Amino acid sequence: MKKKFLSVVLSATMVAGMLTACGNTAATAPTEAPAETAEATDATAETPAADTTAVAADEGKVLNIYCWNDEFQRRVKDHYPGYTEVDATTGTIGDVTVKWNITPNQDNAYQNNLDENLLKQADAAADDKIDIFLVEADYALKYVDEDVTLPVADLGITDADIADQYKYTQDVMTDSNGVLKGLSWQGCPGVLIYNREAAKEVLGSDDPAEVQKAVADWDAFSKTAAEMKKAGYSMTATTNDAYRVFSNNVSGKWVQDGKVVIDENIMKWVEMSKDMADKGEVASTSDLWSEDWNKGFYPDGKVFCYFGPAWMINFSMAADKAGSIANAGGWGATEGPQGFFWGGTWICAAQGTDNAGIIADIMKALTTNKDIMLDIVTADSDFVNNKPAMEEAAGKDEFAFDVLGGQNPLAMFAKGADSCDLSNQCAYDQGCNEEFQKAMKNYFDGNATLDEALAAFKKAIVEKYPDVTAE
Amino acid sequence: MKKTSKVVKYNKWGYIFLIPFIVIYLVFQMIPLVTTIYNSFFENYRSGLKIIGPNFVGIQNFITIITNGDLPTYFKNTMIMWIMGFVPQIVISLILGAWFTDPSLRLKGQAFFKTVMYLPNLIMASAFAMLFFTLFSLSGPINSILLQIGVIKEAYQFMAHVWSVRWLVAFMNCIMWFGNTTILLMAGMMGIDPSLFEAAQVDGATATQIFYKITLPLLKPILIYVMITSLIGGLQMFDVPQILTNGTGDPMRSSMTLIMYLNKHLFSKNYGLGGALSVFMFIITGILSLIVFKFTNSGEKN
Repeated sequence: MKKKFLSVVLSATMVAGMLTACGNTAATAPTEAPAETAEATDATAETPAADTTAVAADEGKVLNIYCWNDEFQRRVKDHYPGYTEVDATTGTIGDVTVKWNITPNQDNAYQNNLDENLLKQADAAADDKIDIFLVEADYALKYVDEDVTLPVADLGITDADIADQYKYTQDVMTDSNGVLKGLSWQGCPGVLIYNREAAKEVLGSDDPAEVQKAVADWDAFSKTAAEMKKAGYSMTATTNDAYRVFSNNVSGKWVQDGKVVIDENIMKWVEMSKDMADKGEVASTSDLWSEDWNKGFYPDGKVFCYFGPAWMINFSMAADKAGSIANAGGWGATEGPQGFFWGGTWICAAQGTDNAGIIADIMKALTTNKDIMLDIVTADSDFVNNKPAMEEAAGKDEFAFDVLGGQNPLAMFAKGADSCDLSNQCAYDQGCNEEFQKAMKNYFDGNATLDEALAAFKKAIVEKYPDVTAE
Repeated sequence: MKKTSKVVKYNKWGYIFLIPFIVIYLVFQMIPLVTTIYNSFFENYRSGLKIIGPNFVGIQNFITIITNGDLPTYFKNTMIMWIMGFVPQIVISLILGAWFTDPSLRLKGQAFFKTVMYLPNLIMASAFAMLFFTLFSLSGPINSILLQIGVIKEAYQFMAHVWSVRWLVAFMNCIMWFGNTTILLMAGMMGIDPSLFEAAQVDGATATQIFYKITLPLLKPILIYVMITSLIGGLQMFDVPQILTNGTGDPMRSSMTLIMYLNKHLFSKNYGLGGALSVFMFIITGILSLIVFKFTNSGEKN
């Protein structure tokens, strides 16, 4: 017994030690919540809940929502009139119970779970059927091109309702027959986010217009990188930072006629990144979201710029941690060499749902109602999918971002969202983008020649997608 | 007559007691094994949400796996990392085992040390790998320490060099499993008749002589068991390198093991190729176990 007790105590201390180390980030995140909830109750009080309950009269009593984090949940909780939270994974709208099925994205877990359940959808009991699921642009077509998603028009949402949305957000969700299958409340055009301190020191000014001159195209970008290196700064935190800017501006799809095609623009990224990596102008060849990537959020990381959309500026750059650049408002935003977009969440109605009315109402409220959408901008600093609203907000100081030292980047975002082009998307994008960056890391690190790295990429793609050929 | 019927009645209990094993074996071992082999003859995967197959393709999957030439590479990686981890592991375990069981040393606090040695095995391999990944990342604590004491001038990219990754994997496996091996070997050593040690001591044998001439030969059955289980465990190496390299087996797949390769096929639920690969694994494991068994048993006859 004694021995057993001893071993339990010892292992408990070890595990406890590990947990405290991991606990930090989780504990800090929800601190913003109380303020938002207060506003949410206001919103609920103002709007009569009667119309939502009326919608639900002849519909299913359970609304199943599949998603990968609590972002959409927070939006519904804070901004959808009539939603009451019961606990972390349940809520109610009128007499309908909302069940949240949240599976994290890591290692494809979200899609694996969703796929299994979508394939069982036809046989599932009415209350267990998926009603809403969320998708990201990288793999949207996988679901949009199949009949697992319900056309938006079938929900009673007309073209006139969604006329104010940015066109690219609808292009993402349009299937090969031109049918729109999902809507988003946000737009995710990206900008170049730069370290004001570094800009002053190296470029002599932190004014967005001046900085833009130094990063206006990729040649200027490389030149600036060399200057940054001299001053002890890395241009970007990782080689992968600039990847999306190139991959969003390709001239053809990843997979054409069942064959992988590597676009010229992506090869330009390889060339530039290899050059920068060899010269030591980027801090590392690690993945995005890694420790090496994060360290540039603090002054000691000595990173000049990141590429990212509104959600990254506000949520991903450690703005809630004392000592970070974001916390001190030390970032600036400028358009950068090329326009791009990153991320975004789209709402899809699942085929077979028995809650079409509520789904339509949620979609309408969150993605077309200007008042609610402006609320989202104010409360969550999101860039919403409403052109007139954003153009209006772009001129107002009240929408300035603290993280950017009081700069209002919405005009830049609005311009970016307008010019987003998604015609070269395909269902294999996610796998191709991931595997390509992984394979090229070997080339950047000097562990493989370019040809070997490209061969490794092709091998990985054929493994991942047996129906695609690579030669 | 009556007596024999009584014997039969007792035999019945033997079968009844075997039922749980047989059922579990059938459900969790036999059926998966047979279906894996069955599946390996079909083309069966998913593209997006479309299910393709199952179509019977004969031995096409086996041909694909042999012709793309990846199998030997990943087998080599697996064996290299296993040997790099297993050799120090068995040496450490033998020394520790000998010390702990040596009555003349009378080590104090044995229970404490045994627990501490076993602890790394209690942590999930993935958590352990995650920990190492953070420790050895470019801006991680190991690099900071090395930089500060001036061993290196520039942060070393542990994850971008073939041998550093392999050593890390081997080191982790060694740390995780040496406690387990030590306990097994200790059990074996304690099973040796103490009078043999005493007799050797009386005859004036040194500690080294006792270890090589008495402990090791008598430990052989346990050693074989440890070797074979560790070999099979080594061939199935997955979680540590998978998490440490984020599933890539990089640099250039030099730390990709056989099971990580198998896992690559499961992204598209490719049961056909996955099954064929598993059949190969089954054959390789069988052959290797036989070799180890024959090799270590051959001395017995002489």
